Amino acid sequence: MIEIKSLSKEFPDKKVLNNISCTFYDGKTNLIIGQSGSGKTVLMNCIVGLLAPTAGEVLYDGRDFVKMNKRECTQLRREMGMLFQSSALFDSLTVLENVMFPLDMFSPLSRKELKKRALDCLDRVNLIEAQDKFPAELSGGMQKRAAIARAISMKPKYLFCDEPNSGLDPKTSLIIDRLIHEITVENDMTTIVNTHDMNSVMDIGENILYIYKGNKEWQGTNKEILTSENQRLNDFIFASDFSKQMRKNIEEKELQ
Amino acid sequence: MLVFNFLYCLGKYLCLMGRTFQRPERMRMFFKNYYREIYQLGINSIGIVLLISFFIGAVICIQIKVNVQSPWMPLWVSGYTTREIMLLEFSSSIMCLILSGKIGSNIASELGTMRVTQQIDALEIMGVNSASFLILPKILAIVTMIPILVTFSVVSGIVGAYATAYIGHIITPADLTAGMQHDFTQWFFWMGVVKSVFFAFIIASVSSYYGYYVKGGSIEVGKASTNAVVSSSVLILFSDIFLTEILS
Repeated sequence: MIEIKSLSKEFPDKKVLNNISCTFYDGKTNLIIGQSGSGKTVLMNCIVGLLAPTAGEVLYDGRDFVKMNKRECTQLRREMGMLFQSSALFDSLTVLENVMFPLDMFSPLSRKELKKRALDCLDRVNLIEAQDKFPAELSGGMQKRAAIARAISMKPKYLFCDEPNSGLDPKTSLIIDRLIHEITVENDMTTIVNTHDMNSVMDIGENILYIYKGNKEWQGTNKEILTSENQRLNDFIFASDFSKQMRKNIEEKELQ
Repeated sequence: MLVFNFLYCLGKYLCLMGRTFQRPERMRMFFKNYYREIYQLGINSIGIVLLISFFIGAVICIQIKVNVQSPWMPLWVSGYTTREIMLLEFSSSIMCLILSGKIGSNIASELGTMRVTQQIDALEIMGVNSASFLILPKILAIVTMIPILVTFSVVSGIVGAYATAYIGHIITPADLTAGMQHDFTQWFFWMGVVKSVFFAFIIASVSSYYGYYVKGGSIEVGKASTNAVVSSSVLILFSDIFLTEILS
């Protein structure tokens, strides 16, 4: 479980996050949603330690990441896996080498066992056939799957996904979303997904945090989102006329 | 403001070097990267070093023979001057300036691209000391290879000078050999090697600094690459004065 308490982040020219408190649960796909520029990525970067928060606490199962020394931070980071928006695969390594990289760096396993573990991860994301390819030779969806395989290779307790669907078509997005959700449940991980993809919200959003202009605006599940009275959330989720009509239809159905 | 900026950059550079010179997490991975950098930055530069040095050695010999040498000078002057220029300045300082263009831009653009595509962030999230993992092998590989490249450059320059004797018939091989052997001071060679080690460190560390701290996109990577070459060239020129003064 990851808890953030009164988290704020200020840059010299702007306050991006304002006093956010929230809990992200084990075995659930936790989503952070919000408009572009609302502070989602900054919040995630504060949680994973790529940015230092101006104030507040980030607790990983009770351990405050902000107050940890360098050694403790490094230890904790080995319990994390992250899927970046750009996949962030190492260009000079093949897919298999990319997945093996964290294992090579930190695992005490033998070379043979490392390879077996990496192949298991690739098999889990259905990418065995692309093991010898370089990232540049893969499609966007395959790159994301390779990045997921790398992120889970060390069996992390915490998985972070920064806009995993950006640049992907709806069908591939759905595959990636389901994969993230299945892996989360299988391994009982605490997964935090940063997204503004509404399909993801409705499909896998078991615990959703909505951020509006750096403030926590709403928290709930994908089912609660449909009946929420929060105007800002509704304006964000049901932005198009089509989705507004859909919501109206659902409400009418429920009344009947 | 200028002073503040300079101190800020210097502090950031020193912090980066502090993080870079730490024991690698896995020696096997370190040596893998080290050998790769030796090949990529060192072995791949041998061709250009030999080519440039050959022609510069030949041109220096021709210039001295045709434009400087006069009847009252001994016949060995052209060979002697060519050797001294190659040993004292060209193969160490000028060759390092040229290499700062090739190697420096390579390092800055590689690290810069890794930064903007979040590959460095990915390393940090994994708990890897990205500075040590990426920069240390580069610095050590260049510091290992540049003295070897300097030696190749001296030899190639002298071969170039002999080419003007045997192919161009500008000077007789005997006169050239006499000049090459005249009053040889071995220390001049070692001075070039020592200087090149310092220059190698400047090229690798300054270029890494610019590449590692890139913010933005492709335009910033291009700017970082240019800044890396300009800054390392200026630093090489400045340090050349002090090193020459100290080592002479």
